[in-house]
Amino acid sequence: MTTETSDRPGAIHARPVRHPGRWLAIVVIVVLVAMMISSLVTNPVWNFPRVFKVMNFNPVLNGLFKGTLIGTVGAMVIGVVLGVIMAVMRLSGNPVLRGVAFAYVWFFRSMPRYVLLIFCGSLGVLYAKLEIGIPFGPAFTSIDMNALSSSLAIGILGLGLSEAAYMAEIARAGILSVDKGQSEAAQALGMGPGKAMMRIILPQAMRVIVPPTGNETISMVKDTSLLSAVPITAELFYQAQTIGNRDFQIVPSLVAASLWYIIVCSILMVGQSYLERYFGRGFGTPSKKAKQELTKVAADH
Amino acid sequence: MTTTASTPAYDKSGEPLVRAVNVTKAFHGNQVLKGIDLSVNRGQVVVLLGPSGSGKTTFLRCINQLETIDGGRIWVDGDLMGYVDKGGTLHRLTDKAIAAQRRDIGMCFQRFNLFPHKTVLQNVMEAPTQVKGVSKDQARSRGLELLERVGLKDKPAAYPAQLSGGQQQRVAIARALAMDPKLMLFDEPTSALDPELVGEVLAVMKELAQSGMTMIVVTHEMGFAREVADEVVFMDGGVVVEQGPPDEVIVNPKQQRTKNFLRRMRQEEEQLAAATGHLALADIPLDDTTDDDVTVDPTRAIDDGGPDGAVPPTS
Ligand SMILES: Nc1ncnc2c1ncn2[C@@H]1O[C@H](COP(=O)(O)OP(=O)(O)OP(=O)(O)O)[C@@H](O)[C@H]1O
Ligand SMILES: [Mg+2]
Repeated sequence: MTTETSDRPGAIHARPVRHPGRWLAIVVIVVLVAMMISSLVTNPVWNFPRVFKVMNFNPVLNGLFKGTLIGTVGAMVIGVVLGVIMAVMRLSGNPVLRGVAFAYVWFFRSMPRYVLLIFCGSLGVLYAKLEIGIPFGPAFTSIDMNALSSSLAIGILGLGLSEAAYMAEIARAGILSVDKGQSEAAQALGMGPGKAMMRIILPQAMRVIVPPTGNETISMVKDTSLLSAVPITAELFYQAQTIGNRDFQIVPSLVAASLWYIIVCSILMVGQSYLERYFGRGFGTPSKKAKQELTKVAADH
Repeated sequence: MTTTASTPAYDKSGEPLVRAVNVTKAFHGNQVLKGIDLSVNRGQVVVLLGPSGSGKTTFLRCINQLETIDGGRIWVDGDLMGYVDKGGTLHRLTDKAIAAQRRDIGMCFQRFNLFPHKTVLQNVMEAPTQVKGVSKDQARSRGLELLERVGLKDKPAAYPAQLSGGQQQRVAIARALAMDPKLMLFDEPTSALDPELVGEVLAVMKELAQSGMTMIVVTHEMGFAREVADEVVFMDGGVVVEQGPPDEVIVNPKQQRTKNFLRRMRQEEEQLAAATGHLALADIPLDDTTDDDVTVDPTRAIDDGGPDGAVPPTS
């Protein structure tokens, strides 16, 4: 009962609903976590001092920086730029461009990344030299494919080409999500199709494109571990595994690599939420709850 | 620029600004425009009336080439829209040349179509800076001037989503005016607005008309048509049924189809007025007991199924 000072009801001081289920869940989880911690601490195979040592080994840091970070950034830049170009081609009025974009997406979506990367590494076997010039005529420059075939560049190219196929679909969905009235308004103001795309359509499409692109980037961080198929050795997981095999300390090395992947992906998730806020301007900022949901989806990927 | 042998240079100021001759347009075999003729002189305001589906929007979009026409010709300020006449043969213009033709024609849409990712001022500055190459500073000061003209001086930093429909439509008018158009096209600029917001947009349009702008306006606002229009054109089934000064077409229509349309419009207006309380304010008796009298009879609502039965079915 609330006290009433006058004949009109006043402020409410009600007892909250009880949630015995929550308390039960907390107890169960605490017990489970305690069991986990005890196993981590008491089982010497985990060897955490060794984990942190491996995380800071120079070859591992080098692999993290080159293979994982540069690899992710490079592949995503190629993937996003080429993907948007493919999406625009796919939606253009030119049937040749449409066909090319369709064939591209079809091919690279069908190719497993692992197989594609091995293939990229074997290009030197197919073509010792890549010559750029007039077909059947003189060449302007030539690239030594044997030297290139196990470089990080070819690995990044392989991952980027594959990514572009997925980004093309994402960008296409984004472009189609923009109201048709927007390009008509731009046209009515005298903008050409290119300018309307760059200034009006794409910036609005970004709102739809950014969240799945964040997921793609986080997937790419993990897929850089496939670079060893090229073979590229300056790569986080390959280095950690090699050190583990050499020193017969496999588990700490796996944990070291995993921790690095978790750290990098966590930082990316934070960056993603900032990007979403930027491209969502003018549309009302998404609620905190919606953002949390998106981050969860990203983590699941 | 595109002057050719068949269109000799001449003083264009005496010519109508817009000249459409026998314009036809079909969508997938559905003949929407069946030979529209229309001339609009400089400084004139023409109101297009007609039932839903009569082709008003389509005709307006043909004028600035948002739709390509199947037959006939449209000239704006002496330029043949969309084509160039080379010795009697028409050649389609490139996208770039068509974009250049559209610069001089402003258009306002039913649903405003403001750029939601840009602020009000950025919306107004976008085309002058990106299309005409006007400097940012110049575009900004001109943009602020135009926003003041449409009564939105205090909103340059707002995003469209933060504005009411009436405010958005006024921004859209300012955005179109920023390109200094010779001609303004309005497609039902107030029909997506709440009734209490219609007036502010019509006031801006009226001011624009008085300043000497040439305008083609599709609207169902009869008051605006009677007050502002120099000429009213009634379209039905893809043809111009009747045209003339508002006092003839709206007050004393000669054609039966025009009469039917206007009768229906009047009924709708009365219902709307009753529903929104425009009439009611004056009519409600102060006595509480008779309140029920002003509610709209639901059986009277919506007897308007679309265009008149007079429209022949198209094959
Ligand atoms: N892009 C399109 N594709 C196919 N049909 C269309 C297209 N645009 C318009 N139409 C058809 O053309 C006819 C005329 O349409 P329009 O929009 O010009 O009429 P309107 O007079 O503006 O009508 P309203 O008063 O409802 O706006 C309609 O039957 C419509 O279905
Ligand atoms: Mg219409």
